[in-house]
Amino acid sequence: MDLISILLGGLTSGMVLFIVSVGLSITMGLMGFVNLAHGGFAMLGGYAIVLSMNKWGVPFLPAVAIGFAAVAAVSMLLERLFYARLYRATELDQVLFTIGLVFVMISSVTLVVGPETQTLRLPDWLRGQTDLGFIKYRSYSLAIIAAGSVLVLALWLGFERTRFGAKIRAAVDNRRMAESVGVDVGRLFTVTFAVGSGLAAVGGGLGAEILGLDPQYPLRYLVYFLIVVAVGGLGRVTGVFFAALLIGLLDFVLKIEFPKGGTLFIYALTLGLLLWRPQGLFGRRGG
Amino acid sequence: MTQLPAAELLAARHRFRGWEALPWVAGIAVFFLFPSYLAFGTQVLVTILFVLSLDLVLGYAGIVTLGHAAFFGTGAYTVGMLAMNWGWNEPLSGLLAAALVSGAVGLASGFVLLRTRGLTLLMLTLCTMALLEEASNMGSAWTGGFDGMPGLTFKPLLGLFPFEQLSFRPQYLYALAVLFVCFIVVRILVHSPFGQTLTGIRENLLRMHAVGAPVHRRLVTAYAISAALAGIAGGLFAQCNAYVNPAVLGLDRGAGALIVLILGGYGRLYGAFVGAVAYMLLEHTLAKTYPTAWQLGVGLMLMAVALYARNGILGLGESLRRRLRGDTGR
Repeated sequence: MDLISILLGGLTSGMVLFIVSVGLSITMGLMGFVNLAHGGFAMLGGYAIVLSMNKWGVPFLPAVAIGFAAVAAVSMLLERLFYARLYRATELDQVLFTIGLVFVMISSVTLVVGPETQTLRLPDWLRGQTDLGFIKYRSYSLAIIAAGSVLVLALWLGFERTRFGAKIRAAVDNRRMAESVGVDVGRLFTVTFAVGSGLAAVGGGLGAEILGLDPQYPLRYLVYFLIVVAVGGLGRVTGVFFAALLIGLLDFVLKIEFPKGGTLFIYALTLGLLLWRPQGLFGRRGG
Repeated sequence: MTQLPAAELLAARHRFRGWEALPWVAGIAVFFLFPSYLAFGTQVLVTILFVLSLDLVLGYAGIVTLGHAAFFGTGAYTVGMLAMNWGWNEPLSGLLAAALVSGAVGLASGFVLLRTRGLTLLMLTLCTMALLEEASNMGSAWTGGFDGMPGLTFKPLLGLFPFEQLSFRPQYLYALAVLFVCFIVVRILVHSPFGQTLTGIRENLLRMHAVGAPVHRRLVTAYAISAALAGIAGGLFAQCNAYVNPAVLGLDRGAGALIVLILGGYGRLYGAFVGAVAYMLLEHTLAKTYPTAWQLGVGLMLMAVALYARNGILGLGESLRRRLRGDTGR
């Protein structure tokens, strides 16, 4: 494989990681809530998207919208009913609750849909290759890269240029201070949680080709999503973006060069990095 | 009940009570009453020991870790690799080696990791475990790679009792004896001033710093001791089952131990016993017939425990007993 196709392949998996993980980073940064069930929302979204396409013949883009809306609604309900009661609980309780939730998600999906792997059937306009002038590459990968780039731009603008984004940034930096100047952090959290889970759902669907989609998905990629968030620093859109690209690219290259045990290097890198900067590459100290 | 003065109450805390013989009597009774369940019984004993080691760091020192299987696996691989590569298959010295290697890994990783807290610490323990799992996959010449090391052979226990893969009789008693020794060590530890310091760190880190307790050193020591105990549990697993595979280092085992401990009740010594017996008996009877429904049940139970009952089965028992006595005070 030549350099450019490796770069594009890595970029694709990086974008998928970014779309899935960005919500996790923001919600963890806002509330310090250890949400191990985030990958579960990505899986639910993936199923919603794939099944609505395969079973009911919904076209690709509306299916993605359905996945986003359905998972955002479900996560908002869960947040109001359960998560909200655990904000002030210990980490241990949060870990327990979210692991339990992952188990419930895995077994419900297995019971309702079945344990087999689901495949995403792409629409015609995303199949085949696109000529970029200097290289021909899979259209679908290019579409994911484009979608990820648009998303990061939109999120960045939303964070830096809107009032809502300013509130989130303030609350991530200092929740108490933000609350005492009148920011309703609880409501902020509900909205970001729903949007973040919805984005994870989109990532789960778009990435079904790359990461696969079966009931074990949330546990298999749990460590990866957490690594992206921890390396990027909590509550930073740009941090997650660069971390996801870095991890995605590294993972892609290592899997080609060292099919056996190549991920060892990623774990070692994360360990070293977190020891050097516990707040992540782009996080702020004491946030 | 007469009210003892506080000092006497505190001084009497470490004394053995009559009911504390119960688990051991039950353990020996199982040996005679259910000879066909000894293979399963051995797995339960190994799990109890592993969960007990987790209780020391999680229940007493308050270190939330999902990666404790790192040490269980290190112990299992130490025993397995010694037996497979160098023909060192004497069981007791194998366990000692497992304890030493796991303890050393715990000491080294604890020394660097325990300066962090919260999510970072959780991530670091997860990464350590994943790193070791990948390493076991990579060094296949030494570790058997993905297939692990099946068909390990060990010398007879004390030169007298050979391991039996069919009846599991020697393995069961061996595991029971090892568990007893380790339990006594943990029991002495948690009632010692050292154990009190750990509880103090769990309850109020800032205050322990303020009174001048060497917090980091105590945490690292507890972590290393717990790692050594987990290593013994892993070594025991390898010897009793005569195989090692990468699953001993997996997230399933790490998270599974946490679930058992929470179910039984953490920070209580006997939570590991109650939790492991309850969880594994249920799993044994239900998981084979309804694997999916079983996972759903475990998931719902974890969510309920996190939301409502924070102290597991033992905690429920305690509050029930208090209510029966009509004691409404907290």
